[in-house]
Amino acid sequence: MAIDVKNLNYYYGDFPALKNLTFSVTKGDFFIIIGPNGSGKTTLMKIIAGILKLQKGRLEILDCPIESYARKTLAQTIAFVPQLTQLDFPFSVKEVVLMGRSPYLGMLGLEQEKDLTIAKQALTFTDVEHLAHRKLDQLSGGEQQRVFIAKAICQEPEIMLLDEPTSSLDLAHQTRLMDLMEKLKNEKGITVVMVSHDVNLAAMYGDRLLLLNKGQIVHLGRPEDVLTYQTLEQTYGCTLLVDKSPLGKIPRVTPVPQKYMSVDIKDR
Amino acid sequence: MNTQTPSLLKRLLFISLSLMLVLLIAMFLGLSMGSTQTGIHAFLQNLTGTGPSDSMLNTIIWQIRFPRILLATMVGAALSLGGLVFQALLRNPLAEPYILGISGGSAIGAIIGILMGFSRFPGVSFSAFAGSIATLLLILVMSSGQTILKKDALLLSGVMVNAFCAAIIMFLISLTHDSRLHNIIFWLMGDLSMVDIGHVGILAAILFPCFILIFWFSNSMNLLLMGKEMAQTMGVNIRAVTVILLVTTSFMVSATVSYCGLVGFIGLVVPHLLRLLFGPDHRVLVPACVLGGGAYLVFCDVLARVLPKQGEMPAGVITAMIGAPLFIYLLKRTRR
Repeated sequence: MAIDVKNLNYYYGDFPALKNLTFSVTKGDFFIIIGPNGSGKTTLMKIIAGILKLQKGRLEILDCPIESYARKTLAQTIAFVPQLTQLDFPFSVKEVVLMGRSPYLGMLGLEQEKDLTIAKQALTFTDVEHLAHRKLDQLSGGEQQRVFIAKAICQEPEIMLLDEPTSSLDLAHQTRLMDLMEKLKNEKGITVVMVSHDVNLAAMYGDRLLLLNKGQIVHLGRPEDVLTYQTLEQTYGCTLLVDKSPLGKIPRVTPVPQKYMSVDIKDR
Repeated sequence: MNTQTPSLLKRLLFISLSLMLVLLIAMFLGLSMGSTQTGIHAFLQNLTGTGPSDSMLNTIIWQIRFPRILLATMVGAALSLGGLVFQALLRNPLAEPYILGISGGSAIGAIIGILMGFSRFPGVSFSAFAGSIATLLLILVMSSGQTILKKDALLLSGVMVNAFCAAIIMFLISLTHDSRLHNIIFWLMGDLSMVDIGHVGILAAILFPCFILIFWFSNSMNLLLMGKEMAQTMGVNIRAVTVILLVTTSFMVSATVSYCGLVGFIGLVVPHLLRLLFGPDHRVLVPACVLGGGAYLVFCDVLARVLPKQGEMPAGVITAMIGAPLFIYLLKRTRR
């Protein structure tokens, strides 16, 4: 198992953010965590990333308890891509991507020829090689996101975690990024775990989806099993239309606005 | 990605050597110029031993100017480096070495020392140092627990401590009427005079290990700039790095402040200037700040000694007079 979670609880003060979660992620899976705002998605991701400390329960990464990992070893195993961040000082794309090698280097992070090669390959893989000498703050959101993924690839991780990577991207960049993650999974065998608000993207790319609500698991399974209108309406508390996408046997979710409530939909 | 970009070590060497040269030029100017009209020619003659032997000139150059220049180098280096570290640690471009209340605390200490009639060294130095260490401890206690990692909490605590101290300083000044007032004002503006070579040696012994330790954490500072969460998932122990850098830097700045009072602006301007020149990599910026900051203060001190017709003014006046317009110019240029 890439990730194995048993009876995981997490509290912010007295407030329970995660309640008794038990699930596992198979190696090489494209695993997407979905759920309403405040359902605990990001908290869960931060615990797996080692940002938040495990409070109660067990968490194993590649069959070893997360507490048994040294910081740098964990950074060589799991790479984390946060939501688009504003960098205060303008590093170049090359500098940012090379920073991904720091878990393998000494305190001063002096890179060898080998690290430059890995960085170059990562830039090519995410298709930002031509931007190598640009400053990060001159790039568009989609380009920045691909740079941070290249940085994560440089960590040569087994597992890549992404926190809502598509939330500020346009349609073209959304699919481009998701295609890239699929390629990462297929060509490098990396387990991809992603938090997403976009259930339709999740349906099209996820091998398995984890639906969270109020810190508990509502459903875990293949997209067509998780994304049913009964489950989703109950979880999100709004009227939804779930039908089949013309692209294949994947479900398609459409939220129904108030003014269309009276439209008669035969086959929900 | 082309492989022609010079490797980090080559860049580091090139930048360090260039700035070393700038520093040597500044030191040369500092040794040869001053309120007594000696001039470069006389200095060169003294240096090479070709001129008429002049014990007066000898004394001026080697017992007054030389320790003063060494002090200016170290103070400039420490303050610039302090600004650099705090700008990275607090992720705030306006941070400067005094921002966590060190200026306020040490000023109260120094003023009390002056009012009690202590000698400049070690009495006032010691009371200033005690004052700044006391504020550092206060800040650490106030921000203990999780808050130390919340950058704005730390920043605001520092600003508040400084504001509180400013009130006490004004109160103490308002009570003082005699010649001690002049001493207090000079201290608050930063004053590099009145040192001998032995005192400079002590300061060097304190600062040098701090420089090395900060350089050791320079790559961690790079990673911290990517955001705390990202740094953490790249193997950085952010709590340890934050505390070590905070304490080391504050200690270093406290030591310099206790020698020469509050030399302003240099810690804000020099890191920005060097960042514009050499980019944001702290592995380059740490040595650049030590050498460049040193050169900047030596140069400002030369102006402070040469410009007034009579006597001299505190170097802190010049650093701000050059530094403030330069900073505004740079800010406007980078915004474009």
